[in-house]
Amino acid sequence: MIAYILRRLAQSVLVMLVVALVSFSLFRYVGDPVATMMGQEASVADREALRERLGLNDPVIVQFGTFIVRAAQGNFGVSYRLQQPVLELILSRLPATLELALISGGIAFVFGVALGVYTALNRRGWLSNVIMTTSLIGVSLPTFLIGVLLIWIFAVELQWLPSFGRGETVDIGPWRTGLLTASGRASLVLPAITLGLYQMTLIMRLVRAEMLEVLRTDYIKFARARGLPNRMVNFGHALKNTLVPVITITGLQLGSIIAFAIITETVFQWPGVGALFINSVQFVDVPVMAAYLMLIALIFVLINLIVDLLYYAVDPRLRVDRAGARH
Amino acid sequence: MTLGFMRSGRLRRTTAALLASAALALTLVPAEAKTLRWARVGDALTLDPHSANEGPTSTLLHHIYETLVTRANDGSLEPGLATEWSIHPDDPSVWVFKLREGVKFHDGADFTAEDVVFSMERVRKESSDFKGLHSAVVGAEVVDNYTVHIKMSGPSPLYVQNLTNFFIMDKGWAEANGVETPQDFKAGEEKYTVRNTNGTGPYTLVSRDPEVRTVLALNPNHWAQPPQVTEIIYTPIKEAATRVAALLSGEVDFVQDVPVQDISRLEQTAGVKVTTGPENRSIFFAYDMGSDTLKSVSTGDNPFKKAEVREAFALALDRDAIMKVVMRGQSQPSGVAMPPFVNGWTEALHAYGDPDYDKAKGLLAEAGYPDGFSVDFHCPNDRYLNDEAICQAYVGMLGRIGVKANLVSQSRTIHFPAIQNREVDFYLLGWGVPTFDSAYVFDFLVHSQEDARGGWNGSRYNNPEVDAMIKSLATETDLEKRNATIAAIWDKVQADRVLLAVHNQLLAYAVKDGISLDVHPENQPKMTTVTFD
Repeated sequence: MIAYILRRLAQSVLVMLVVALVSFSLFRYVGDPVATMMGQEASVADREALRERLGLNDPVIVQFGTFIVRAAQGNFGVSYRLQQPVLELILSRLPATLELALISGGIAFVFGVALGVYTALNRRGWLSNVIMTTSLIGVSLPTFLIGVLLIWIFAVELQWLPSFGRGETVDIGPWRTGLLTASGRASLVLPAITLGLYQMTLIMRLVRAEMLEVLRTDYIKFARARGLPNRMVNFGHALKNTLVPVITITGLQLGSIIAFAIITETVFQWPGVGALFINSVQFVDVPVMAAYLMLIALIFVLINLIVDLLYYAVDPRLRVDRAGARH
Repeated sequence: MTLGFMRSGRLRRTTAALLASAALALTLVPAEAKTLRWARVGDALTLDPHSANEGPTSTLLHHIYETLVTRANDGSLEPGLATEWSIHPDDPSVWVFKLREGVKFHDGADFTAEDVVFSMERVRKESSDFKGLHSAVVGAEVVDNYTVHIKMSGPSPLYVQNLTNFFIMDKGWAEANGVETPQDFKAGEEKYTVRNTNGTGPYTLVSRDPEVRTVLALNPNHWAQPPQVTEIIYTPIKEAATRVAALLSGEVDFVQDVPVQDISRLEQTAGVKVTTGPENRSIFFAYDMGSDTLKSVSTGDNPFKKAEVREAFALALDRDAIMKVVMRGQSQPSGVAMPPFVNGWTEALHAYGDPDYDKAKGLLAEAGYPDGFSVDFHCPNDRYLNDEAICQAYVGMLGRIGVKANLVSQSRTIHFPAIQNREVDFYLLGWGVPTFDSAYVFDFLVHSQEDARGGWNGSRYNNPEVDAMIKSLATETDLEKRNATIAAIWDKVQADRVLLAVHNQLLAYAVKDGISLDVHPENQPKMTTVTFD
């Protein structure tokens, strides 16, 4: 058990190092930060001097080494663009992204399960058909377009909800939240729906398929034969067995919601890490890009590590397989 | 001394003073608090006044800090913290500035000549992004509390034009907070000035959340007549559709970067007003006309060396079509690569002819390319208004004369270094002229590469005679003679077809009905000039 955990941890560290190296090599093709950092009057000598000061003349492997050593100490340098410490910038933006991701994940889960169950139980109902067709449109429209459409309908035409930003926020220690103010909650609605729509459809279709599968099984038939009421059979027996894979998938999707919040954050000017990253790419703000990619990699690595360890703890067959493989 | 702008500066000052006192007498009614919610595409990068020479940064800082001279909407200079400026009668290499009296910094400290001298030292430091504008300065000295002498390395008759973004800091405050130098990235630490300010400007900083919201409040102790806007809430909104939606939904009052394709629709929307005006920026094509061979050309030599080819490229350019189709009427086609604000601009240079594809084809054949040739055409896609679409349109036009231009469309972060490193044969570039004088165009785009000059001369144009004329502009104090030299250089540049001008950019500001704000040629609108109906 301990050997397995240690091996898994070592793999995770290796993955992080590889991500750092790959992203670092990629930055060379994004462009030259000096070009965006200096005014057009800067002379060739000025540019060269700045490049020297930023350490951009060092070989990539040296820059990478410096980055890793500093990163291990929690020092990600100073943003070229906003001139503030990168770690502080990212930490100050992280609450916005996490709140958006959790709320949209929550919406996706609740509505996904509810609609999934409904369409499974009323397979031939007209409303089910409408839901299934609409969900197809929702999946095939790009996030950007969905966001702009929602802004158009609910912010410009109806003027119910704000079109951009996070509204009023309240600081609770280092955590800046928008959930405690009315304008903060109103600002959250449209971006959360935009971000959660795809996940919701995914969950809905998964629940529906699993549910239909379960409803065909023998123990459901026996339950019905025993004369149990429909509600008990559907929710007590069928749904319970449906939810195991759904929860696993939802957990794994949370990572991608955080990672792919970039487009939603850009459309709604949501002040999260995704918007920070996009602005940094256009400015070739290497310290911020590097730190952001490391953060996203860390989130994925951690989620996968936890999932693997949980499986290991839950499923005894894994342990048997491993033991068998050693012989 | 016969400097025209000096006299006009004094005249305007007197008028302004008269108007101000008249207005003061009339407006004894207490001003009501008016908030202006202002959105544009990007945020200021920093609040350090000497750290980033970048448009949005300077625009925001102009509300908090002040400069010795400021730029009016017509491009002329107006008094700021300096009330008078002139070249020293006995020494043409010394500029004399008379400072405004009774001005206070936001923290209550008095503004004196010492602060100007300190700021001049700071802006010339290694880590300053503005040092290029002050490279001719030897040093500044305090003459008395309200007089400063700036010593130049030689006569610099137009130096005052470089001061419109030179922000004045308080010496005592800077020393107390250890910010005698602008942000240095090598040091890896954050400067106090990145988030804190102490200027003399009409607004004080209330709160700053980078890329989210910056709030400014009226400075009640400011020397000028109080503006109508008493509070500014500045929010960057990156996405064009969201920015426009925020205006339509009433969440912001003023959108600065209106996308070209939205202008006509916004003009027809009730409750919204769009003001357009020329920007001080010219868009042009350029090609390597100096090298013997080119990297990307199919013929093995350099067609751009031949005058016929350059003429053919000019004849193939249909500026009116680009204005109508690509820019939807929102541009000012021009035959010369400078906007009308710039000293040296004339109607004759600005004029351009119709395209003539047959003649262009004939010229290509004459030059030895009857079947045309192919060449890589480099274009930015995130810098100028519709930059990539302009290039695409020109690719089609070149196709009509048998030239196959392979469009290489890239981010500015790759495009600009490629031009500076002389890696491209044929490209699009835009050029603003902050000094409002042709010398600025010549120094960077026409002069051969030498020290600080010629940094953006991707044409590899190298004409010693022109170089000598360009150099003479820097120190020539006889303005008539100087303007004659400028005209002579432009004639040569146009005859040699060094830069193929396309158009001058227009700016569009969209505001809620009931608000008036004029377009500023450098896209630096001042909220002090906003009026409410």
